[in-house]
Amino acid sequence: MSEKISGIAASAGIAIAKAFILENPELTIEKKQVEDTASEINRFSAAVEKAKGELQIIKENALRDLGEDKAAIFAAHLLVLEDPELIDAVKTKIESENVNAESAMDEISSMFITMFEQMDNEYMKERAADIRDVSKRVLAHLLGVQFSSPASISEEVIIIAEDLTPSDTAQLNRQFVLGFATDIGGRTSHSAIMSRSMEIPAVVGTKVVTEKIQNGTILVIDGLDGEVIVNPTEEELALYRKKQDQYKEQKAEWAKLVNEQTTTADDQHIELAANIGTPQDVQGVLENGAEGVGLYRTEFLYMGRDQLPTEEEQFKAYKEVLEKMEGKPVVIRTLDIGGDKELPYLDLPKEMNPFLGFRAIRLCLEQQDIFRTQLRALLRASAHGNLKIMFPMIATLVEFREAKKVLLEEKEKLTKENIDVSETIELGIMVEIPSTAVLSDRFAKEVDFFSIGTNDLIQYTMAADRMNERVSYLYQPYNPAILRLIQMVINAAHKEGKWVGMCGEMAGDPIAIPILLGLGLDEFSMSATSVLPARSQLSKLSKSEAARHVDTILNMDTAEEVVKFVNENF
Amino acid sequence: MAEKTFKVTSDSGIHARPATVLVNQAGQFSSDITLGYNGKNVNLKSIMGVMSLGIQSGSEITIKAEGNDADEALKAIEDVMKKEGLGE
Repeated sequence: MSEKISGIAASAGIAIAKAFILENPELTIEKKQVEDTASEINRFSAAVEKAKGELQIIKENALRDLGEDKAAIFAAHLLVLEDPELIDAVKTKIESENVNAESAMDEISSMFITMFEQMDNEYMKERAADIRDVSKRVLAHLLGVQFSSPASISEEVIIIAEDLTPSDTAQLNRQFVLGFATDIGGRTSHSAIMSRSMEIPAVVGTKVVTEKIQNGTILVIDGLDGEVIVNPTEEELALYRKKQDQYKEQKAEWAKLVNEQTTTADDQHIELAANIGTPQDVQGVLENGAEGVGLYRTEFLYMGRDQLPTEEEQFKAYKEVLEKMEGKPVVIRTLDIGGDKELPYLDLPKEMNPFLGFRAIRLCLEQQDIFRTQLRALLRASAHGNLKIMFPMIATLVEFREAKKVLLEEKEKLTKENIDVSETIELGIMVEIPSTAVLSDRFAKEVDFFSIGTNDLIQYTMAADRMNERVSYLYQPYNPAILRLIQMVINAAHKEGKWVGMCGEMAGDPIAIPILLGLGLDEFSMSATSVLPARSQLSKLSKSEAARHVDTILNMDTAEEVVKFVNENF
Repeated sequence: MAEKTFKVTSDSGIHARPATVLVNQAGQFSSDITLGYNGKNVNLKSIMGVMSLGIQSGSEITIKAEGNDADEALKAIEDVMKKEGLGE
């Protein structure tokens, strides 16, 4: 009998393969006396060698799929296993105390973990986690426990996990991992975003996959409708193979649009851009035929390290993106850190309400040295392409004016130093706080453009934490309240001759697209993989017809009515 | 025995990645190699030892090598220090 489990469709496509349960085994270490210490040491060395072999594979995968930066973590893990202070200490302990390898390894590595944990430097504290990872790997071999490392997978599988962490996804071998399903998460959680950039089907937030699915069970992942089929029947398999083929055909059709402009059925040009986090992402932007970068999140330059990036490092990253985009527009957002995105080295106090706290532009205006370094790097890079700068989390005009003043001061300094800066940089803001949307007519007189950040705008307008599953029903992009705010922003901008983009998940959503088109949105920025489907959809829609439906939609009572209307009329 | 003192010039001192490069280089030699910093000496072949020092920019470190290939080892480490922009 087959069973159907529903979840959230995180990444489109159909995958059919065996389940691979990814879990962290509990390791129970017993201290035992041993007579034959020489063979115990041999057993230890063999386990270390096996762990090193695994790490070598992980490192090579990471190097191939994720670049040198990520691979460096695993190079450091390998060095831990070659560290004489660790390895010799374990051997000595086995020999002098006649104890088994497991307990010797556990005690010595715990000593190092404690040592690193007690350092008063956040970065060093995190290294304790690295040592714990590595020693767990060795202990698993000693205990003969199957350590279900995603890097060790060598046949086609579907990953089943409670959740996937960045380090799990870093280890996935894309050749063999056809899809995944998780217990927790939503469309904007890390695992969902990763699945879309890896272009593998995924269903998240199922609550029960790890409980209901056994290792090796045949599964279908339907990333189009958000379903997992366990033990499918022959008929179901045939059905999903057909659906898989249809999806592939559709993808092939989309691929033909790569070099096309985005034009609606009534010949209106719409700009389709992509969101990126690192210079490496530009490749995906170009492969998917995006007409620009609508949001470059600069946070990643600041994360996963032990200190702020220098002006030079930032300059190089921005310049690389601008040059690779060859004159196409690139909107770079200044640092949006704080809140849930922490930087250990900034040593910011914990907050009760991080999403409503000291973050983004609020932090940048107070810690201006950080902000000025970034602005200098941006201004210097502006000479190498078509740069637009935008400030995140602007709540008041005073904040915008203040940020703009700092930018102009840095620009003047650079000019005095005879450094080239573009004279045509557009300066805009994210509209993600309701106060700014409401006052957009005033803002429109001073900014060059708006970019509506729907993920935050929705959670602030509905007062619902988008990470909290119990209130996730309130995350309603199609709620007429949200749509009216969006309309207000677009109308205010157009009145002043300014353009409006959108860089939240909503911009690539097939249900939202006809509404946004009707509202007059100028630029849609989305995951690179959504660009071609959106271009295909827009080519079949008429902007003037969509605009005629706007009044009806904005006068509806609920999100449900809006969705029903869109499905019936577009 | 060979010995040399360096001034650490990289902005970040000696942290994860540069430490990895130094330890890798030291591991190529049979000599005993130590790194002295702030009155503490650690084995330069130990990644955890080197990282535990938390070496800051602008400080002085002393590298000592003792064994058959001590001179070559010190030379190689000096090259790495320069190549990685760690110190001089």
